[in-house]
Amino acid sequence: MRLELQRRPQQSRAMLLWSPVIAVALTVVTAAVMLAVIGVDPARGLYVFFVEPLTSAWGLQELAVKASPLILIAVGLSICFIANVWNIGAEGQYVAGAILGGWVALAFHDTGAVWVLPAMLAAGVVGGALYGLIPAVLKVRFGANEILTSLMLVYVAQLGLDWLVRGPWRDPMGFNFPQSVTFLPAATVPLIAGRLHVGVILMLVVVVVAAVMMARSLKGFEIRVVGMAPRAGRFGGFKEGPLTLFVFAVSGGLAGLAGIIEVAGPIGQLLPSVSPGYGFIAIIVAFLGRLNPVGILVAGFVLAISTLGGEQAQILLQVPLDFTSVLQGVLLFYVLACDTLIVNRIRLVASGPRTATGSSEAVR
Amino acid sequence: MRAFLKGAIAALGLAALVAAAPAEAQEKLKVGFVYVGPVGDFGWTYQHELGRRAMQEALGDKVESTYVENVPEGPDAERVIEGLVRSGHKLIFTTSFGFMEATVKVAQRNPEVKFEHATGYKRLPNLATYAGRFYQGRYISGQIAAKMSKTGVVGYIGSFPIPEVVSGINAFMLGTQSIRPDMKVKIVWVNSWFDPGKEGDAAKALLDQGADIIAQHTDSPAAMQVAAERGALAFGQDSDMIKFGPNTQLTSIINDWSGYYIDRVNAALNGTWESTDVWGGLDSGILKMAPYTNMPDDVKAMAEATQKSIHDGTYKVFTGPITKQDGTLAAQAGEVLPDPAILGMNWYIQGVDEKAPN
Repeated sequence: MRLELQRRPQQSRAMLLWSPVIAVALTVVTAAVMLAVIGVDPARGLYVFFVEPLTSAWGLQELAVKASPLILIAVGLSICFIANVWNIGAEGQYVAGAILGGWVALAFHDTGAVWVLPAMLAAGVVGGALYGLIPAVLKVRFGANEILTSLMLVYVAQLGLDWLVRGPWRDPMGFNFPQSVTFLPAATVPLIAGRLHVGVILMLVVVVVAAVMMARSLKGFEIRVVGMAPRAGRFGGFKEGPLTLFVFAVSGGLAGLAGIIEVAGPIGQLLPSVSPGYGFIAIIVAFLGRLNPVGILVAGFVLAISTLGGEQAQILLQVPLDFTSVLQGVLLFYVLACDTLIVNRIRLVASGPRTATGSSEAVR
Repeated sequence: MRAFLKGAIAALGLAALVAAAPAEAQEKLKVGFVYVGPVGDFGWTYQHELGRRAMQEALGDKVESTYVENVPEGPDAERVIEGLVRSGHKLIFTTSFGFMEATVKVAQRNPEVKFEHATGYKRLPNLATYAGRFYQGRYISGQIAAKMSKTGVVGYIGSFPIPEVVSGINAFMLGTQSIRPDMKVKIVWVNSWFDPGKEGDAAKALLDQGADIIAQHTDSPAAMQVAAERGALAFGQDSDMIKFGPNTQLTSIINDWSGYYIDRVNAALNGTWESTDVWGGLDSGILKMAPYTNMPDDVKAMAEATQKSIHDGTYKVFTGPITKQDGTLAAQAGEVLPDPAILGMNWYIQGVDEKAPN
């Protein structure tokens, strides 16, 4: 006797949409149990964790600021992933955008001209897109695995930035610490309220444009078809090569935009490290949001809430950070488990050779 | 499935309905700490946490203190510090260099709250800075290494080539040269303050390259453990790491913040707090040396004598002649480098086998 995962003959579309909600609900229940185990009142703990960040204008602003880069990057990644192209190097493209945009800032911010910030944002997009095109070209031209090349290029970008802020771009008045000068107002993203900056609006625009493109345009259809059935796509005249370049450029460009917004906004200067791993966390956000721009918007906020809530829980309840880390892991686990069980079912089967529809088939 | 779903949704709703517990009325001073690493790193953050606990212990019911750990440097730090302000904390210690800009921004917005930033150089009327002259301990370590090394090569694990670390390397080198002018120091940068895996690998690489003593400017005891496995000797960092290498540790540079934290919180309670710039060494108690172990008595006596002369102020570590790598003199014979020169140090002394961080 053994357990076997079998693909369901019919999948419920409704349940597919409900799956992330169920996963979040299960996470909340698990959180309550864990809080009780470590001796914190679960009701108060859940409130501090999941609700408190939403109760003040400041909390909402901070949520948007934290979620914004995650969503920007994840939207780009989702387009890649739908096309069955695996860009794992968004972190590097984010840094590349920060570098090229930051260069514009350092070169021109003392002119005070109004075009400096738009030029920075454009340079950020270009930097990220060009950097994303490297693994794309390597894949199309030489058949190099883009998972490996894009991932390894992350470290190249990070060390490049590290070298720049230690060397040529170091603040001469900064006691030799590795950081650039702080950008003057002409090179900073304007604030709306608190730390809420205009970049958040750009992020919302990107979400809407991506949603329309994926759902309504021929390009969106092409990405979908080539991703699901490249052979069928070829019959339809869709070429995989150019599409790979396109999706890498788009996701790289969006990651680069996120990078330059972060550098020109909340950070305000170039530092050796300009990201606490946004490019990697965005992969989780993309899947949590079911590779759908609107879903990603929600998922980005869910992840931001768990981060902010984790800090609040440390401050107000003295709950250790490990609790937050475990909870984020639990959330991912439930998301994957729910997805798997909606697409597949578990059956107890007698020992014997595996059935043709058995678990050897990939869960996707 | 449906029943289960209902249950889950009900639980969600229940959680959302619960209101915030009312804040307790109390006159305690709320003190917040922002840590860059986990409290269990047995290094930098752990020592700040011990300082916090000692302060809480000493001041008891006059103070309520809390901490946030593993806070990334940069914009996330600003949110955490602001969060502490908004939850009523009136004195906030931010304990990593990378929190500087964030601390400055929040301090400017909240002039009624007092801030203290470790290892930074930007001050405000409500923002003090504090740091330790840990290079003093590295000079003593250098002397011990020169006496104890058989191969004449010391492996040095560096975090980031910032002035604090560079001056530490120079102090260590000056110590070795005072005993044995031909000593070699090999440096491996791990580009992290806390990464036990990388630190351990760096230690292995350095031992493979002929080093028989490991010194470190990173925060975990991983290098100590590797040295212990390989039968080499090592210096601890931040805390007494003797339990990770009972037959390995020569001494350790201990950061003891408890006295400072007690003084500063007391000052805030008494209304005598001022924005100060403290850079304390052996004499302040911020720097302590772990017991000198795994060495002969004469080496131990030498180390204790050096420690005493630095403690008394009769000997300054950066006393000339100090020659830079390019052969120019940084300090004439008998001249003592002023503090700003040490705080902004971006050059190596002659004998360091590494290019300057430029």
